[in-house]
Amino acid sequence: MSALSLDQVAAAPDDPPLLAVSGLCKSFGGQIACRDVRFELWPGEVLGIVGESGSGKTTLLNCVSTRLAPDAGSIRFRLRDGRVAELFELSEPVRRMLMRTDWGIVHQNPRDGLHLGVSAGANVGERLMAVGERHYGRIRDQARDWLDKVEIDVERLDDRPTTFSGGMQQRLQIARNLVSEPRLVFMDEPTGGLDVSVQARLLDLLRGLCAELNLAAIVVTHDLGVARLLAHRLMVMRRGEVVESGLTDQVLDDPQHPYTQLLVSSILQ
Amino acid sequence: MSLETTSLSDDERLRIVDLAKSFTLHNQGGSRLAVLDGVDLAVAGGECVALNGPSGAGKSTLLRAIYGNYLPQRGHILVRHGGETVDMVAAPPRIVLDVRRRSMGFVSQFLRVIPRIATIDIVGEPLRRLGVDAEEARERATALLARFAIPRRLWSLAPATFSGGEQQRVNIARGLIAGLPILLLDEPTAALDAANRQSVIEAIIEARDRGAAIVGIFHDREVREAVSTRLFEIHRSDMAA
Repeated sequence: MSALSLDQVAAAPDDPPLLAVSGLCKSFGGQIACRDVRFELWPGEVLGIVGESGSGKTTLLNCVSTRLAPDAGSIRFRLRDGRVAELFELSEPVRRMLMRTDWGIVHQNPRDGLHLGVSAGANVGERLMAVGERHYGRIRDQARDWLDKVEIDVERLDDRPTTFSGGMQQRLQIARNLVSEPRLVFMDEPTGGLDVSVQARLLDLLRGLCAELNLAAIVVTHDLGVARLLAHRLMVMRRGEVVESGLTDQVLDDPQHPYTQLLVSSILQ
Repeated sequence: MSLETTSLSDDERLRIVDLAKSFTLHNQGGSRLAVLDGVDLAVAGGECVALNGPSGAGKSTLLRAIYGNYLPQRGHILVRHGGETVDMVAAPPRIVLDVRRRSMGFVSQFLRVIPRIATIDIVGEPLRRLGVDAEEARERATALLARFAIPRRLWSLAPATFSGGEQQRVNIARGLIAGLPILLLDEPTAALDAANRQSVIEAIIEARDRGAAIVGIFHDREVREAVSTRLFEIHRSDMAA
């Protein structure tokens, strides 16, 4: 038996997804923000959600990260022990614990994700304490390692983030999120408020870290350049619906839906 | 479907079956460009097939479809992926990415530059994605960069400011370094002078003789005659007589 027939064509390897979302709906008043959204995410995969403002992409991110309750739908997450949990059936404390340990959330504005009143080291160390680390020296060492990883001078360990530039604050926010070795990271316009030169550096850093840590990530962005560099796969949203999804370079180089074609053709070359 | 059209024989690494690709321009009055229709092509290991046809015939479109970059409307693109067969037309994105990582490389005419990354790491990246450690990846990248006459002082720089010919050689080095069993080459020597063209020709022949299945567009006749084992004619379907 040498020839392989189509019946034997490699399907998806049978490893289960880390996250499986189906039938997700959310409205505000009569306004539909998400309609029947469905997707799956595997470890190591970066999913980009693109679309104009008001398309529902941030609402989707907030629902999936359980910061907002959807009107309908299922969000299943594979826990570290292999069990699959329906997120909104978990108790609030369990969800909070997940959020602080197994997930990371990178906000567009780093000030929303940092404690501005404490040092950079304390910002990074907080999540380590959440996962049970109590040894001051080890926390400090890891905080130092992570500052180095995100290219912040370790001499700044005891400085407050308010003394940092916007790009440094964003990198600190990333260190704070990744120190607990999360398996899933949510990012909302992670390069949004930054200068173009600072953006490139941050994108590089994120690309490297996602690959090195085999992170699954969901990145909301309206910037198709960011999406191309960071995401393996894209979902294009318009008026609360996913109008197209697929491999990033395929969606951007051969868009099928009229709306995606319009988005892609609107990029300044 | 008959078995012959949906399977790969022992020596085949790539088989294209009844492939159709058109583009519908929704924002330009919905006009539809039919580029490929009913393309059948099988490529075995050790073969280098040169796509032949006038400019605009759909040669690049076919290469991009094989790589999963363009989405065909009909047909199959079966590729050997490890011990399995994957249909690039139907495979989910993460399988397509795995095929690109382990089985199929693409050398485009232009390097898509990633900001800030050193040339040596751009060239070594396909090895790193296969799990090769950083040091070995750098060593092998160094050897290839030297072979393609990229000056040593450029290795640690990002290639954004390199000349067209230098960028193209960096791109080829990146495409060849992992020794993938299927290679797609889109005008790999377009911007090169004679000496550099020759070193690229030799590298392509080496890959072919090592057993890679190659499909390429070689505008330069000298290159085409040196590397290809046969020609495959492409005619644009909506311009056919």
